[in-house]
Amino acid sequence: MNAAGSTGAAVPADRSWYEASARARLDGLLDPGSFGELLGPRTRTLSPHLAMLDLPGAFDDGIVVGSGRLAGRAVLVAAQEGAFMGGAVGEVHGAKLAGLLRRACALRPDGVLLLPDSGGVRLHEANAGLIALSEIIHGLLAVRAAGIPVLALIGGSNGAFGGMGIAARCCDHVIMSEEGRLALSGPEVIETVRGVEEFDARDRALVWRTTGGKHRYLLGEADALVADGIGAFRTAALAALAADDAHRADDLDALTAAHAALVRRSARYGACRDGLEIWRAQGIAEPERLPLLDAPDFLAAVAGRDA
Amino acid sequence: MQLATLLEALFPGGHAVQVAGQVVTGSATTAAGPVTVIGTTDHAEIGIEHALALAAAVLASTRAHPAQPILMLVDTAGQRPTRHDELLAINGYLAHLAECLDLARRRGARLVALIYGEAVSGGFLSFGLMADAIYALPQAQVRVMNLQAMARVTRQPVERLQALAASSPVFAPGVENYVAMGCVQALWDGDLAAALLAALRAPAGLAPRAALGRQRGGRLLAAAIADRVAGGEA
Repeated sequence: MNAAGSTGAAVPADRSWYEASARARLDGLLDPGSFGELLGPRTRTLSPHLAMLDLPGAFDDGIVVGSGRLAGRAVLVAAQEGAFMGGAVGEVHGAKLAGLLRRACALRPDGVLLLPDSGGVRLHEANAGLIALSEIIHGLLAVRAAGIPVLALIGGSNGAFGGMGIAARCCDHVIMSEEGRLALSGPEVIETVRGVEEFDARDRALVWRTTGGKHRYLLGEADALVADGIGAFRTAALAALAADDAHRADDLDALTAAHAALVRRSARYGACRDGLEIWRAQGIAEPERLPLLDAPDFLAAVAGRDA
Repeated sequence: MQLATLLEALFPGGHAVQVAGQVVTGSATTAAGPVTVIGTTDHAEIGIEHALALAAAVLASTRAHPAQPILMLVDTAGQRPTRHDELLAINGYLAHLAECLDLARRRGARLVALIYGEAVSGGFLSFGLMADAIYALPQAQVRVMNLQAMARVTRQPVERLQALAASSPVFAPGVENYVAMGCVQALWDGDLAAALLAALRAPAGLAPRAALGRQRGGRLLAAAIADRVAGGEA
């Protein structure tokens, strides 16, 4: 995609993105004091569908949306709270994000930052969640078509799975930490449906080699790989916005080129069964050491690959 | 309904539609002019190869005749959950398919989806749900997950979910639930060719699904919440 965000080493005091709440991520990501929440907890917009099942709700339904500044640039932001229902998308949660994307088309900020931390559809309100995700995807593509860059910052404990995995890839830029995961079907789903021989969900190393930030970066699914720190994500997000190389969603040539790249990936790696085989095919020496490297060493080790 | 039967009913004037590896592509003639036809069949589990074939057909249609309507025939059991697909990042392939369809709309093609078999989860999200307007046959099956599996994952007694499903369209499988929530515009019964013509001649643009869901009483919150955020309510 681009090389804009390949920097972003964490400063020593950098706070973990993985361990932070949605609000703490926004707090550290944006310019101090610049965040203004929309439809915040005070409005008590709970999910009535969880209440119907006698399940506890959250006053923000697990997503924080609003506006802020990133080194002075005006941005709209949405952060999913992974600690509430795994960040899953229900009717209210999804509508808040869809509404924010409509606001972006109207206000035309310098960028939109999406902070996914979600397993996808919230099954307790599955139909509403699925439809909401389609409204989110339509919304993301509308914002991009309006020429406003959209960034996905993935590094939370739930990653971006299910419909959120598709939505994240409908953004212009994807920034991930090694701890971040980006996929469609979760490892447990594959194991349940296809058997443990197909995928052993308890093999954590295999899970990271399949869905983790380093593998997604090497595939070209993420255009920046950063250390697990809020400051590192901020640096990479700034670089992506400053690069201003967002290809428009409304661009037949860009999509034709993206198509060719996906065809090439299938042809080159279609027979591979493990991330290691793909990294080796890219000409990376000693690929088995990649999972052990921190972000700067990893980026140096893979710089000369044949991607 | 079988694909061959469906195509005959939709296109009495004839069609040139082929099936390869569960992917449906081609074109057909209607009284409203030619249409591009794409889709899947036999409850296809959408893998990266299906996504690429569908995206290629959309890009070709957009390049050759951008304003030609695209009929999307939906029959998918969902995304293919395999190691192969996830290793190569199927979410990226499905996002690409969604982007291709979105571009087709922006270049002037009307996107009409018809669910004639199953419409499930990720396979539906990246394809049928990208349409301007979605229709379904009455026997279509639309869902995220069946109730038994949902009960297991949510740790709810299946009897309780069944009882709730009688009064709420919000989680249970069923095409009528998707009608009530404003996602499926209408069910097509009877003369399918006439129904298709009416859809092709309806006003263009993305159907206002959230507003429709509120109007039909199946999705009461989404439209209002989105409006409040879009309007800047703190």
